[in-house]
Amino acid sequence: MAKETKNYSRRDFLKTSGIATGALIGGGIIGGLIGANSNNNNASSNAPAPSGEQHGEGSAGGVRGLMFFKNDAEFQILANATERIFPEDDLGPGAIGLGVPYFIDKQLAGAYGENSKEYMQGPFEEGQTTQGYQSRLKRNEMFRQGLQLMQQEAQSRFETDFVELEGEQMDEILTAFQEDEIEMKGVSALFFFKLLRMATLEGAYADPIYSGNEGMEGWKMKGFPGHQASYINQIESEEYVEIEPKSLGMQH
Amino acid sequence: MVTTLDKVDVVTVGVGWTGGIVAAECAKEGLKVVGLERGRERGTEDFAIVHDEYRYAVRYELMQDLSKETITFRNRRDQKALPMRQMGSFLLGEGLGGSGTHWNGQNWRFLPYDFQIKTMTDEKYGANKLPPEYTIQDWGITYDELEPYFDRFEKTAGISGEDKNPFAGKRSSDYPTPPMKKTPILKKFESATTNLGYSPFMMPSANLSEAYENPDGQQINACQYCGFCERFGCEYGAKTSPEITVVPTAKDTGNYEIKFNSNVVEIMKEGDRVTGVRYFDTVTFEEFIQPAEVVVLTSYMLNNAKLLMVSEIGEMYDPETGRGTLGKNYGYQILPGASGFFDEKMNVFMGAGALGMTIDDFNGDNFDHSDLDFIHGASLSITQTGNRPILTNPIPPDTPSWGADFKKASIENYLKSLSIGGQGASMPHRDNYLSLDSTYKDIYGVPLLQMTYNFTDQDRAMHKYVSERAAEIMQEMGAKTVVGGSPISDYDIVPYQTTHNTGGTIMGAEPETSVVNNYLQHWDMENLFVVGAGNFAHNGGYNPTGTVGALAYRCAEGIINYSKNGGSLV
Repeated sequence: MAKETKNYSRRDFLKTSGIATGALIGGGIIGGLIGANSNNNNASSNAPAPSGEQHGEGSAGGVRGLMFFKNDAEFQILANATERIFPEDDLGPGAIGLGVPYFIDKQLAGAYGENSKEYMQGPFEEGQTTQGYQSRLKRNEMFRQGLQLMQQEAQSRFETDFVELEGEQMDEILTAFQEDEIEMKGVSALFFFKLLRMATLEGAYADPIYSGNEGMEGWKMKGFPGHQASYINQIESEEYVEIEPKSLGMQH
Repeated sequence: MVTTLDKVDVVTVGVGWTGGIVAAECAKEGLKVVGLERGRERGTEDFAIVHDEYRYAVRYELMQDLSKETITFRNRRDQKALPMRQMGSFLLGEGLGGSGTHWNGQNWRFLPYDFQIKTMTDEKYGANKLPPEYTIQDWGITYDELEPYFDRFEKTAGISGEDKNPFAGKRSSDYPTPPMKKTPILKKFESATTNLGYSPFMMPSANLSEAYENPDGQQINACQYCGFCERFGCEYGAKTSPEITVVPTAKDTGNYEIKFNSNVVEIMKEGDRVTGVRYFDTVTFEEFIQPAEVVVLTSYMLNNAKLLMVSEIGEMYDPETGRGTLGKNYGYQILPGASGFFDEKMNVFMGAGALGMTIDDFNGDNFDHSDLDFIHGASLSITQTGNRPILTNPIPPDTPSWGADFKKASIENYLKSLSIGGQGASMPHRDNYLSLDSTYKDIYGVPLLQMTYNFTDQDRAMHKYVSERAAEIMQEMGAKTVVGGSPISDYDIVPYQTTHNTGGTIMGAEPETSVVNNYLQHWDMENLFVVGAGNFAHNGGYNPTGTVGALAYRCAEGIINYSKNGGSLV
C-alpha cells in the first residue's frame, strides 16, 4: 500500500534529534535550507520511509534510530560535518536530507566499522604513504575520535560547540583535518577526512536499502536511474534518456 | 591430525578460468579431476540483486577476505614491507569463477611482438635500447604457436568482436559472435581517431552481442547493457565466466569434483616429483592431504607464486645477483589516459564491461620508438562500462573536493564527462619481484607473499607519451576541457588501478631464466604445472584474460600428454 511520505528535511532532523532549531538559525548552513526540501519527494517512491516520521506511523519501516552512536551530541557533529561536505542547495537535499548520518551510523556498527574483512594482525608499524593504512584503529574508533576532535577544535578556536558554529567556521575545522593540521592518535587527520568524505558520498548515492539516498533523491539529482534491468533498447539513443530511478528494495 | 584422501589423476588449486579450463579438458579425456576452491560455490542465481554499487563495487562483496590472508608490500628493497591491510590498487577474487566472475570481459590476444619482445627489440633498436636492469626476455613461445589456443578460448567464451585491427596477429578464424552495439559515445571516439589517422575497431568482448552455444554445448546469453560488469557477477549469464562454461562442461563428464572452502597451504613433494597438496577446510579448520598424479596451480598469480615459495620448489630470485627465477619479473599495468568534459549529457550509466572501441596505433612496436626513451606502449580505448554515482564524481581541475562547489560540479559533470583509458605494458625490472615475508603470516600460519614494486623510468616515459596521445584524441572528440593523465611517480598500493598483476612464475625457453616451460610445466618437477598471468615474462598493453585463457588450454594439452607419456614436454 502506497503511503503518503513526507520528505525528511533538515528541520525534521533537528527537531527529532533534540537540537533547538532556533539556536541554529544563525548558522551559515541553515540559511535558506529550511523548507527547501519539503515538496520534491516523489510519491511513487517505495524506498525506505523517511526517518523524520517517528510520530504515529508505527510501521517497522518507518522508524529509524542509532545503531552505533550512543550519544546524540556526537551524532549531531557527524551530521553537521557531512552536510558541509555535501550541502543542500538548489539541486536538492544535502547529506542530512538524504539520511547520510544514519547511513554512516549503520555502517559503523557493522563490518565496515569493524574492519572485518581486513588484515588487522600485528605488528603495526608506521610505513610510507604508498603502503596504505597501517593502524590498529578500527573505522568506528576513528570516527569517534575524529568527531570528538572536531568538538575540541570548535571549543578551542571559537569557544562553542561544533554544531553551533557558522558554516564557514565548520569548514575551517574540516579544512584543518584535510590539511592534516590536527593531531589524531593512530591515524592521520587527512586519512580520517578522506574516509568521512567518502562515507558521505556513499550515503548520498548508495541504494536506499542502506538508509541513505533518501527517496532516491541523490540519484535524481545526479541523473542515475539505479537498478534497471536492461538498457538494450536505449543504448543507441543519440539523446540523453531520462529514466525514473528504481531501488533494489522496490522489486520485492 | 591430517586426513589423507584417495589419490586422483589431477588436482587444481583454485577454480577460476585456468582451473576450469584444465578441469574441462582433462575430465573430457577421462582423467579424474578434483578442484580445490577456497571460496564458496556461486552462480548466475546469486546475482539477481547485483545492481548494488555500494555492496559490490565499494565494499567488494565478491573479493577476498583479507582478514585471512593478504600480501605485504614495499616500493624498494631498503624499505620494510608492510601488509596490504585493505584492498585498493588491485582486487583479489575469491569463490567459484575467481576473477573470471567479476571481470569486465575485455578479451585480448597479446601481440606477436610481446612473445618475442627481446629478440625483436634488439633486432630493431640494438641491444641497448633499455638499460640492463630491465629484464625483458622472450616467452619461449611465439604468437603463431599460441594462436590455436587463443582461438580455442575465444570459441569457448563466444567472444564478440570484429577483425579490423591492422596491428593484431593473424587469426585462424573470425570472432565467434559479431561486435557489440556501436553507441553514440563510441562513435565519437571512432570519428576522432579516424580523423587523426588511426585505426579504431570494436573491443573484443565477453559480454556477448547475441546468444551463443559454445563447442562444449554451453549456452551464453545476450548482453542487456545494464552497466554492472566489473566487480559484479552477471544476472543474465551473458558475461562469459567459468561457472557458466568450463565448470559445467567438466562436471558433465562425471570425472570432476569441486571441494569448496578448501584452502591449499602446501604442495607435497618427494624427490623430483610432487605428490599432492595439503589444505585446510576453511569452515572446520580440519587438514587434508589430496594426493594426485598431477598438481596444477590455477589460483591467482600471487598465490601461485606463494605456494611454490612456501613449498620450496624452484630457486628464489635474488635481485642482487639476478640468479633464480621464482618471483622474478613481477609486472603490473601502466595506465595512461585522458578525461574530457563535454557540454552535452550522455547515457554514461548504460553500458557493458567490454563495450568499447580501441586503437592499437600506440601499442607494442606498432609505432617507431627510435627517438623515444621507452619501448612498447598501450592500447587506447573508450569504454562505456556504466558509470555509477558513488565512484564517478568527475570535477574539472581546480574544483574543491568537497562542499557546495564540489557537489554542483560533480553532479553537473556526471553525465557530461568521458575518459580514454590505456592498458599500458609493464616492462620487468631487476628490483620488481615477489618473495616471502619474514614477519607477517596468514591465519593458517603460512608467511605472506611479499611484493617489492615501483614504477620505472620506462613506465613514466611511456605513460607521459601515451597520455599526450589520449589527450589529443579527447580534444578531437570535442571536449571543452581536456585533462591528461597526471604523471606517475611512485607506485601507491592504495587507490584502485587495475587487477592485472603479472609475473613471478614466468614461462620461457630455459630453466635458467624461467619457472615453467611453454606447456607451463615446472622445470624441476615434471608433474607440476603452474598457469596464469604469473607466466607472463612482462605485461603487455592489454587486459590479460585472453592470453591467460590461451595458456590454460595449452597447459591442459600438456597435462593430457604428460598423463599418457610422462616426462618433460619440451
